[in-house]
Amino acid sequence: MLQKVYDYIDERLDITPLWRDLADHEVPEHVNPAYHFSAFVYCFGGLTFFTIVIQILSGMFLTMYYVPDINNAWDSVYYLQNQVAYGQIVRGMHHWGASITIVMVFLHTLRVFFTGAYKKPRELNWIVGVLLFFVILGLGFTGYLLPWDMKALFATKVGLQIAESFPFIGDWIKLLLQGSDIVGAQTLARFFAIHVFFLPALLMGLMAAHFLMIRRQGISGPL
Amino acid sequence: MSNKEHDVTRRQFLNYTLMGVGGFMAAGLLTPMVRFAIDPLLREEKGGKMVDVMAVKDITTEPQRKTFSIDKVDGWHKFKEQKIAYIFKKDNGEIMALSPVCTHLGCTVSWNDDPAHPNQFHCPCHGGRYTKDGINIPGTPPPAPLSVYEMKVKDGRLYLGAEKPRGGA
Ligand code: HEM
Ligand code: FES
Repeated sequence: MLQKVYDYIDERLDITPLWRDLADHEVPEHVNPAYHFSAFVYCFGGLTFFTIVIQILSGMFLTMYYVPDINNAWDSVYYLQNQVAYGQIVRGMHHWGASITIVMVFLHTLRVFFTGAYKKPRELNWIVGVLLFFVILGLGFTGYLLPWDMKALFATKVGLQIAESFPFIGDWIKLLLQGSDIVGAQTLARFFAIHVFFLPALLMGLMAAHFLMIRRQGISGPL
Repeated sequence: MSNKEHDVTRRQFLNYTLMGVGGFMAAGLLTPMVRFAIDPLLREEKGGKMVDVMAVKDITTEPQRKTFSIDKVDGWHKFKEQKIAYIFKKDNGEIMALSPVCTHLGCTVSWNDDPAHPNQFHCPCHGGRYTKDGINIPGTPPPAPLSVYEMKVKDGRLYLGAEKPRGGA
């Protein structure tokens, strides 16, 4: 049955080459942990992608219950965690996944650094990688405010004061992020928009660029 | 052992293990999220408390419009939901409390407000009509009678609970 559906589509659209191109793509020996166990360091890029997929999926599901409003945010998180089936697990995936994502990005960056993979001709992909790192830190920062508890509030105050210390335009950056003269209703609405629309869109665009460049240039050679 | 002695080729074996492990991981990820999302479907309805609405001695044969409020919990939001009931004594003396929610598309019906059709419930939206007992009148849009409230009488007071639908006609 499935085979028939596949054949029907393939006959019309010739989709086999699309996935064959990926499936037949050989993993070079020096990045395959089956040959050299130490090659596991090459897995961190893929693991970063995997944890980002978890973040995006669990985040999408969280927004089914979460509301970005100062009177209801905390109650909605409390409700989804304690009253909804598997709420603790879905929130837990997103909560712990956020930290794991950042750890994975960091380890991936270390691997690229110590194998010298950032060198010519891959400088542009290093730059995209650094942008990805900032976008992911931004997701961590804006997401942290959303549960609207004391920890969220004060962490955001501290974070915004760090932004304020930026030379010359610090005041302006802080006001733009805060959206108001206090960390309040407008900050929460803004952080929510940034967390679930702006940064994920940027993240996906940058990831696409990252992967296209890898396909184009191939993975860097052995040390 | 050579490959020929087995029914499963190396390629098939790898395919099965990869699909098995991949499927297991995907299921592990998706099961909690899907169950989380469909929670409203699987939630059991809690029967609300009965609310004191009026004194039994004040109930007449003419339907009276009474409002009352019930404690409603909507996720993290708790509030008082306003309810309306038309309460009267039937000819056999039984008390009846009707919900005014039209069974066609949910507008609110009123008692005896249509001069062309006296002593009926009338819906302003598409002209649905019901008899005094809440039975939908054939030829008008509603497909079923008005719901009735669960009720109990205690110490001379009438208490109302959930509305119960009365099936299509
Ligand atoms: C790399 C990607 C992401 C990271 C690092 C990240 C990080 C975070 C963090 C640290 C929190 C606070 C969690 C807590 O304290 O429990 C959070 C909350 C939240 N995130 Fe994300 N997030 C990411 C992507 C997304 C996406 C794509 C969406 C939605 C489409 C999303 C929706 C939410 C929502 C609704 C909350 C509030 C609920 C809660 O706090 O449990 N996130 N995020
Ligand atoms: S909603 Fe009452 S007649 Fe249509």
